[in-house]
Amino acid sequence: MRIRHSLSVLSAALLLGLPALGQDQEDDIPRLSDGTPNFSGVWQSLTTANWDILSHGASAGPPEYGALLSVPPGRGIVDGDEIPYLPEALEQKQRNFESRWTEDPEAKCFMPGTPRANYMPYPFQIFHSEAGLLFAYQFAGAARIINLDNHQPSAIDSWMGWSNGSFEGDTLVVDVTGFNGLGWLDRAGNHAGYQLRVVERYTFAGPDAIDYEATLEDPDTFSRPWTMRFRLYRVAEPQAHLMEFKCVEFTEELLYGEFYKRPEG
Amino acid sequence: MSKQTTIFAAAVPLAMLAAMGCEAQVARTPWGDPDLQGLWSNATLTPLQRPDSLGDKAFFTPEEAEAYVAERIEATNADRTIGQTGSVGSYNDAWFDRGNSIVPTLRTSLVVDPANGKVPPFTPEAQQQHEANLVYSQEHPVDTPADRFLTERCIVFGGGAAPLFPEPYNNNYYIVQTPDYVTIMAEINHEVRIIPIDGRPRFPEHVLQWVGDSRGYWDGDTLVVETRNQRTNRFFYGVQMLNSVMSDEFSVVERFTRTAPDQIRYEATIEDPAVFTAPWSVEIFMHPQEGVLVEYACHEGNYGLTGMLSAARAEERRAAEAESAEQ
Repeated sequence: MRIRHSLSVLSAALLLGLPALGQDQEDDIPRLSDGTPNFSGVWQSLTTANWDILSHGASAGPPEYGALLSVPPGRGIVDGDEIPYLPEALEQKQRNFESRWTEDPEAKCFMPGTPRANYMPYPFQIFHSEAGLLFAYQFAGAARIINLDNHQPSAIDSWMGWSNGSFEGDTLVVDVTGFNGLGWLDRAGNHAGYQLRVVERYTFAGPDAIDYEATLEDPDTFSRPWTMRFRLYRVAEPQAHLMEFKCVEFTEELLYGEFYKRPEG
Repeated sequence: MSKQTTIFAAAVPLAMLAAMGCEAQVARTPWGDPDLQGLWSNATLTPLQRPDSLGDKAFFTPEEAEAYVAERIEATNADRTIGQTGSVGSYNDAWFDRGNSIVPTLRTSLVVDPANGKVPPFTPEAQQQHEANLVYSQEHPVDTPADRFLTERCIVFGGGAAPLFPEPYNNNYYIVQTPDYVTIMAEINHEVRIIPIDGRPRFPEHVLQWVGDSRGYWDGDTLVVETRNQRTNRFFYGVQMLNSVMSDEFSVVERFTRTAPDQIRYEATIEDPAVFTAPWSVEIFMHPQEGVLVEYACHEGNYGLTGMLSAARAEERRAAEAESAEQ
């Protein structure tokens, strides 16, 4: 039985592998009928960047939750492990950090913004066809339509930004502007303003991984552009499917509790 | 009757013929499915239920339709009453998007079954529940957010879940298809409905979502979507205007057919034997839109809910103070 199993695996490998030998490695990646890399799938990062995009050791969370909300350690995702804040922006970051358990937009179930949505500990699903490209995020049901043609300036300021996409070879490049300046980059209070411009690059690293990089510039917040990079992994279980996480109702007590009418006593 | 039909047919535009079932050759995706992709709107002035004043009249004539459209545009013009009622009102009319036409079939209601154009009556149990809900709502209008509509809490809107009913505004939808999914993003509340069409198993019965669990398949050139596992609430969000109720037996079957290059016919059959005495069906039409979807951030700017809650508490405080001053 074991021998037969090995043999069948071997012959399957030969059957599948031989025709591929003469082709470029890039043919491992899924493609649409027009040859464009096909980014459809459920994706998630495996970083701790949502706690802090810079390198950080483990630390305590709110004591009442024990280890549940303590901060796991992680290596940063920022080139040079440094964010070039202007002095006032750095002070704002410190203030954000002090009030993070109530003021982080994530605590309020606000849309997480770009690029934060890509490294939150929740999956997102990309729907990609010859006619459209849609990113659906589990957290807060946030969504982004990537405009592949019909590039226009942003019509309104928004949480997720306005995404104009194009392909440079096999790399999807998305130019994101039109932010409202209210988003945070992580639970440590890193932030940017409404002049933020994010240029994202998505490049397949094999059929089930995407190398992601984003360059952020905002003359009101940073002294120079800076870049983050990490890998996105395909959630490969056959039942992988984005489920609903409408967190609004979980935040109502936090946001409106002071105005509740509660039963006497 | 046949004479009337002939006159009627002579006046019908192409879109109307398509709506009546004379289907054109449909566009297809590279993998051969009918192509529903792009930006669509289901805005319409046609009411959900046939108005009582129309009796058994199921269809307008084109002349009647024109008069009805003019009347509805005038009657729903939010600018007309601004400053007249002592209320601050809600939005200026420019924010509303009810469309400028009725459905191309000229039917007098979105409900097509039962034939009277009305949602069937509640079961006795549902009627009792409905009345109890109304009493509760009067006594507890805004104790906590849970006393308000799901839309006022920015949780889910009619455009985001099955059945897709038009809202007063933001009736735009962006559809993307892959061989495994049809995904419908509603502009309202950035709701993304993910509909697997690859035959994957449903969620277990106890796993509920506000948008339910949808599974689709192609029946010829029609996309059929069956939705169950919807979370229930004493406000049935889909037809909020009914102030209805829903039970955990609620299910919807939707049918999307691209009946013309510029038209999707949308049919939905709603069944909830614990609430409605019969299943009922609607027919709505979607039309292509120019332009882009923009972000509808509802919860992030929900000052309205803070306003309602804090105003209610302030009124209670004032009433208590007046009472103690009298004593």
